[in-house]
Amino acid sequence: MADEVLRVEGLHKHYGPLHVLRGIDLTVRRGEAVVILGASGSGKSTLLRCLNFLEMPGAGRIHLEGRLVGREARDGRIRYPNRELSALRMRVGMVFQQFNLFPHMTAERNVMIGPMKLRGLSEAEARRVAAANLEKVGILEKARSYPAQLSGGQQQRVAIARALAMEPSMMLFDEVTSALDPELVGEVLLAMRQLREDGMTMLIVTHELGFAYNVADRVVFMEHGVIHEEGTPQQVLLNPQRPRTRDFLRSHTLFRLPEQMHDDPPGPFALTTREQG
Amino acid sequence: MAYEWDFAAVFRHSDLLLEGAANTFRLAGSALLIALPLGLAVAMLRLARIPVLSWLLAITTDIFRTAPSIVLIYWFFFAFPILAGVDFAGHTAVTLALGLQTGAYMAEVFRGGIISVDRGQWQAATALGMGSATRMRTIILPQAVRRMIPIFFTRITELYKATSLAAAISYAEIVQMANRAASETFRPMETFTIVALFFFTTIFCVSRLVRAIERRVAVPE
Repeated sequence: MADEVLRVEGLHKHYGPLHVLRGIDLTVRRGEAVVILGASGSGKSTLLRCLNFLEMPGAGRIHLEGRLVGREARDGRIRYPNRELSALRMRVGMVFQQFNLFPHMTAERNVMIGPMKLRGLSEAEARRVAAANLEKVGILEKARSYPAQLSGGQQQRVAIARALAMEPSMMLFDEVTSALDPELVGEVLLAMRQLREDGMTMLIVTHELGFAYNVADRVVFMEHGVIHEEGTPQQVLLNPQRPRTRDFLRSHTLFRLPEQMHDDPPGPFALTTREQG
Repeated sequence: MAYEWDFAAVFRHSDLLLEGAANTFRLAGSALLIALPLGLAVAMLRLARIPVLSWLLAITTDIFRTAPSIVLIYWFFFAFPILAGVDFAGHTAVTLALGLQTGAYMAEVFRGGIISVDRGQWQAATALGMGSATRMRTIILPQAVRRMIPIFFTRITELYKATSLAAAISYAEIVQMANRAASETFRPMETFTIVALFFFTTIFCVSRLVRAIERRVAVPE
């Protein structure tokens, strides 16, 4: 299909005797936001890290924008030349749980370094790209600050801008709000929702069910290295079919605020209903 | 009876000490010129984990780190020319001995500094699409080198002082020249007081310079 950005077929990953991914099939279409849910150890982060080859996948195929990644050898195994992987990583942006900004560079430099070193942009061009992307995540006024001078939420937004500056075909988000103080989660989720509205293709590992419900086009529930259940947010989150999915959702929603509190406008970071998006 | 200090006799022979100082600088400088690139290269090769090579480099590094400097100087002055069938001056022998030893130390300093950079930094650089050379140059080394500055300075100071061991093979660095000045003036106390002050002053100035550099490249943490 022409509008497929990512197609994963039968992906496996072993760590020694540990079989972490046991045959993942997943397709992400252009402009789609897919959220991956699952308990820790279910393989969701490993899947993401295999998709930009921070971990080398085992058996299986990954197609990016209709082209097979790597070269198939005679024995059917796929070889991944380093040069091809670098080129792929430039087209697949990644944001990490721990931000991983470069601490010896200002926010602006963090965003400029990729375009300058990898896309061959001049300093002036890279500065314009950095400004545009920092603006997009609402943090342009911190361009000259160093990472250590920023809050976690601000650092994470700079990290998003850094990935965006490479003009990727899609973005991977690996539990990007899990290391944040609760009050800083909203600003990062808002930036991500904005990206979604701008048409960015996104694959998101998160524990934020409200975000999944309101922003995702599709929700995938992983368990023991396979996709256990998948569907629209309404289907998977409100009407799960498999017992394991139900257990997972129940434990995540064990304690909830009464309904009327949700109806109150809870400030600028409200993510309560889909219609608001 | 109180000792009567007389520096005038020593100052009349200041040309000896100046020449010695110049040779000391030359020795330290040329040894450092070997040590820094060598240390960086060895660190990189060891980090690349090439099966046999990494192990060989580890052993060689340890040999140079555990040998007393004076033993290395004697070895490169007396043994190496015979084994290698070459003929070279004392300057070359000392430069090799101290340069290689400091290179071995520096390799460990570089390696430690590079390893100490957080895994997330490597991953973030990789995820952007950087190859290993770009990643090392723009992301890892700038952070590693900042952390290495104090231990760098310590090692350079050690090297600088170890150049005085070249006197043992009569190379004309400052201690050797001071010996000569002392025997000509019969003023060893004054002569070696001046030599001690020379080392103190130069190292003190370098330490100030290093601190200034450290402040200059510091980033908020």
